[in-house]
Order: sequence, then C-alpha cells, then structure tokens
Amino acid sequence: MSLIKLENIKKSYPLGDEMLEILKGISLEINAGEFVAIMGPSGSGKSTLMNILGCLDKPTSGRYFLDNKEVGTLENDDLATIRNQKIGFVFQGFNLLSRTSALENVELPMVYAGVPDFERHKKAIKALKAVGLEKRMDHQPNQLSGGQQQRVAIARALVNEAPIIFADEPTGNLDTKTSIEVMELFTKFNKELGRTIILVTHEEDIAMYADRIIKVVDGEILSDTRNKK
Amino acid sequence: MIELKTITSIAIRAIKANKMRSSLTSLGIIIGVAAVIVMLAIGNGAQVSIQKDMKSMGSNLMMIRSGSSTSSGARGGRGSLPTMKAGDGDAIQEKISKIKLAAPVLEQTNQIVYGNANWATSTTGTDNRYFQIKEWELDYGRNFSESDVKNAAKVTILGKTVVTELFGDVDPIGKTIRIKGMPFTVIGVLDKRGENGMGHDQDDVVFIPITTAQKKIIGITFPDQVNMVMLQAVDSEATYSSQEEITQLLRQRHNLGENKDNDFIIMNMTQMQEMMESSTQIMTILLGSIASISLLVGGIGIMNIMLVSVTERTREIGIRMAIGAKAWDIRWQFLMESIVLSLIGGLAGIITGLLGVQIMKTITTFTLIIDWAYVIIPFVFSGIVGVLFGFYPAYKASLLNPINALRYE
Repeated sequence: MSLIKLENIKKSYPLGDEMLEILKGISLEINAGEFVAIMGPSGSGKSTLMNILGCLDKPTSGRYFLDNKEVGTLENDDLATIRNQKIGFVFQGFNLLSRTSALENVELPMVYAGVPDFERHKKAIKALKAVGLEKRMDHQPNQLSGGQQQRVAIARALVNEAPIIFADEPTGNLDTKTSIEVMELFTKFNKELGRTIILVTHEEDIAMYADRIIKVVDGEILSDTRNKK
Repeated sequence: MIELKTITSIAIRAIKANKMRSSLTSLGIIIGVAAVIVMLAIGNGAQVSIQKDMKSMGSNLMMIRSGSSTSSGARGGRGSLPTMKAGDGDAIQEKISKIKLAAPVLEQTNQIVYGNANWATSTTGTDNRYFQIKEWELDYGRNFSESDVKNAAKVTILGKTVVTELFGDVDPIGKTIRIKGMPFTVIGVLDKRGENGMGHDQDDVVFIPITTAQKKIIGITFPDQVNMVMLQAVDSEATYSSQEEITQLLRQRHNLGENKDNDFIIMNMTQMQEMMESSTQIMTILLGSIASISLLVGGIGIMNIMLVSVTERTREIGIRMAIGAKAWDIRWQFLMESIVLSLIGGLAGIITGLLGVQIMKTITTFTLIIDWAYVIIPFVFSGIVGVLFGFYPAYKASLLNPINALRYE
C-alpha cells in the first residue's frame, strides 16, 4: 500500500494573460518507510512538487492521495491539520522562531495539535535528545550554530510522530561536515524509526543518502531509479 | 485548537520583544482611558454638586413673586409692584391640593449687633414651613412656636456663619442680638448648609417670624405684605400642573379684571433644576465623548502597529502555518496581542486617570467624584478597542499563503 500516490498532477500559475504550466502531469507512488530524493535543476518544478506533496499548495488538476485520503481538494484549514499530523518539515533556512528557545520551537507542532503542556514538554525533550541537543534546550536559535539549528528543526519534524518528513535542501546552508551529520540523522530516523523521508536537493552527494532518486526536469519526471550504494 | 493560556503567553512574549514600541502603542490607550476617567469624574462631580444644591433649595419648589408695575409706560421690573401677601400663600396651601406647603418670605439686609461685634446680613421673615420646604434642620435650640408668629415675638434663628461672626465660640442660645436697634432673643441655630452653586453662603442669614418682620423690622406698604411666597408641590409634575389653579386663585384674590395682566410671577424652580441637571448631564456626555475620541485614536495606533507587526512577522506566520496552525490560530494570536496591549494600556490608564483626578482635586476647586462604573467602563471599552482594531490585522495575517510567507525576507 503506498503512502503517497500522485495521479497526473498538474500545476500552473498565471503569468500575464497566459498560464505558465510548472508541473505537466506527474504520477508517482511512494511507500511508507522509503527514503526518496527529488532532484532537478532550479526552475524544474521540484519545489512546486515539494509544496504540493507537503500540502502547502494545491494542484491545478490531478489527484493526490496521502495515506489513502484524497488531499488535493481539501480546504486550507484541513490541509493545516494534515501538515500538523502527517508531515514534518525541514527547510534550507531552518525556519525556527527567533527569540524562542529550542525546546519551545520543538513544542510548536504540538501546540497546534492541542497536546497538553506537560506531555508537550516531555515529548519535546525526548525529540531533542534524539538529535543530541538535550544540553542546548534553552538556547535560542541565534545562540546555536547552523548545524545545531537544523537539528532543532529535525527534532521539530519528528516530535509529532508524523510519518513523513519533507526536507527541502536541508544542507544548503551547512558546511560539509555538518551536512554529513544531518544526513546521517535522516538516515537513522529512516532506518530505525521507519519514517518516510522525502528530500529535495540539487547536490548529487546529498541525494546519494536516499534509496530512491527521482529526477524532475521541466515539470516532468525524467527518471525514477533505485540508488545503488 | 490552541489553548488560551498558550496564545496569551505567545502574545505577551511578542509584546515584550518590542518593549519601546509596545509602550508607545499602549500610551494612546493610556491617555484615552485616563482622559475618560478624569472627564467623567469632572462631569460627575458637577452633577453631584448641583444635585446637592438642588436638594438644599428644596424639592418640587415654586416661588411666587410680585409682578412689575407700569407707570407712564415705564415698566418697573420684577417686584416693583408689591402685591403678594402672606395670606395668599396660606390660601394656596389650603385650597390647592397639589401644593403641600406655602411659606411667606420677607427679606431685608440689616446690620446685626451683638455686644461689640456687628455683621451685615439678610434678615428673613418667615415661619417654620420655610425650613420644612428646604429640609433644613436645626442644629440646636428650637423652632418658632405658634405664639412667636402670632404675637410677632422678637426671637431669631441664626445661620452658622452669623453665629461664627457674632459669637465666635460662645453659645448663642438665649443671648440677645440687635436688629435695627431692636433686641431679639436667639432661640435656635441651623445646620450648616455651605455654599450653593452660585457661591452664595446659605448660612449667612438671620430668620425672624414673618409677623415680626412685617410689623417691626421691614417697612411694608400694605398689610401682610411679603416679597414672595415659596411653595412646595406634592411632586414634580404638580409644579407644572398646579400653575393654572394658582393663577386663577391669585387673580381672584387680587381682584384682577379680565383685561388686566397678572400682578405676580410664578417661577417653577423644579423646571430650572431639571434644566440644570440635564445640562450637566449633557456636559458629562460631551466630556466623555471627547475623551472617548482619544481612546479611539489610541485604537487606531494599535491597529497601525499590529499591521506593521504582521508584515514584519510574515515569516513567523509562514512557519506556524507550515507546522499546522489554522487560520483561526493565527487570527487568535494577533488578536490576543492587540487585546493584551489594549488591556495593559487600560490598566495603566486607570492608574493614570485616578492619579489625574487626585491632582485635579488638589490644584483646582472643581468637585471631582469617581464613580467606579466610570472606571470600569473605559477599561472594558479599551478591551473592545483591542478586539475591533486588532481584528483587521489579525484577519490579514490569517489570509497569508504559507509558501509566500515562508519565502518572505
């Protein structure tokens, strides 16, 4: 049973009087527990695809099933619930709340899920331990290094026990050494916790951590291959 | 749905993050609330002091004065034609059921002497009905007796000011004072009334029986003459409805033919009281409204800052949305921020307003009275301002698209 199923997804934006078609009909299936990398040059439509997969955007046409539920036609508030329950995001720019401690940043998804105070606390601490930051719980983002900030973001993506983690260029702002640490964390959570990880990147060596590589060019899937490590 | 406690702590954190800006924004509300409190205290004080005056004047009060005389075409003005008699008052009280009491009044300013002290004051000839109408109690001593009035006894009841001026600390009861050289025995001293609204000292007065005034002190041109008759109607409606009956009765008693004008003037003091009360009410409303405008301006200030804040925090909104905040979660967050900002302003405004009232009390002669309802109302109003002016920025924030918000630099 596939966790994610896209059927002929199209997305176009108005550009002047014309419609600019970014995604030209993408069909794809991702199973639970997979580690997938989506690659493509800039302008290929991989970010748009990522936004649709992450329920941040809606397709113009086509059907999107997530966990057997059609989500392509949901209202904004229902999409927010899906994002909250099923998806964890890790962004290139970390996107942590400033002037807010690491612990509180990690608690945030549970705030919107309505998890009570005490439990929120306990789970957030556990998630921070999982990324090795239990000693920096009270630090604010500006007191943390890039790699540490990204680990807080990963903890935040993990904490709600969402089955899917979307990582959009997660190593784009990191040096090689911390990139490796971050990618090893993803691999660990994929292998040990069975989280489905969907990674968007343009770097070949980062994509090599994934088990499956989907190449997108000009709004279409160019290739979908198993990664032979 | 996000908890209220969490929303509030997020709001307080955001307010703390920009202390200077937040306090300047609240300042608008602080000034507004303080202004409303001070203005309403002034209006309320004016109202209460006027009501006190009114009460000392007597309730459901009417006065009948002599009319004006016309000689060779020149009209003499009020009271120039003495026509009113004490008997007119008695007749009115007796025959017109809407009138409860009628007191005769005959006044003159005289020099009063006690030992070496002397004092010029108003000598008022009247009877006990005068004190009943004015609800004016004796502090000590006794009222005029029936025989005092019947026999034109030389007795007097004094106001507090006269007692102070003539006697100092000496007990005046039983002492003899001289009015126009004639000895009068002091029988009573009235309660202190203080100044009336016009600044007139109501205690600066000497009362003697009406008959004594008519026969021995004040020269009158015809028997039983008075300056005026003071009436108390049964209720305020009767002060209007009894006028026709009084007019008929007096015209008959004064033998006025059909083609003759009234030789008396009926003044309805209740009407005057009502007018004064309603004008102070209008003043209070006016002062309050002007002050409310500043509260409104403060609200616009909050809206302005909240709009800036929403723009500044677009990325934060994007993050929250990506993580699962619904439109209402975002709306609540910003709404709560403006509510908290307004309520902090409201609280500080109450403190400032109360301080302002104290300062006004010490540096001016105004009567300022704090009615707690007038403290709570502007505070509640500041909360409403927070909701009203916070809603649009909060609504705007909730409409953001998470993708664009996340990309916002």
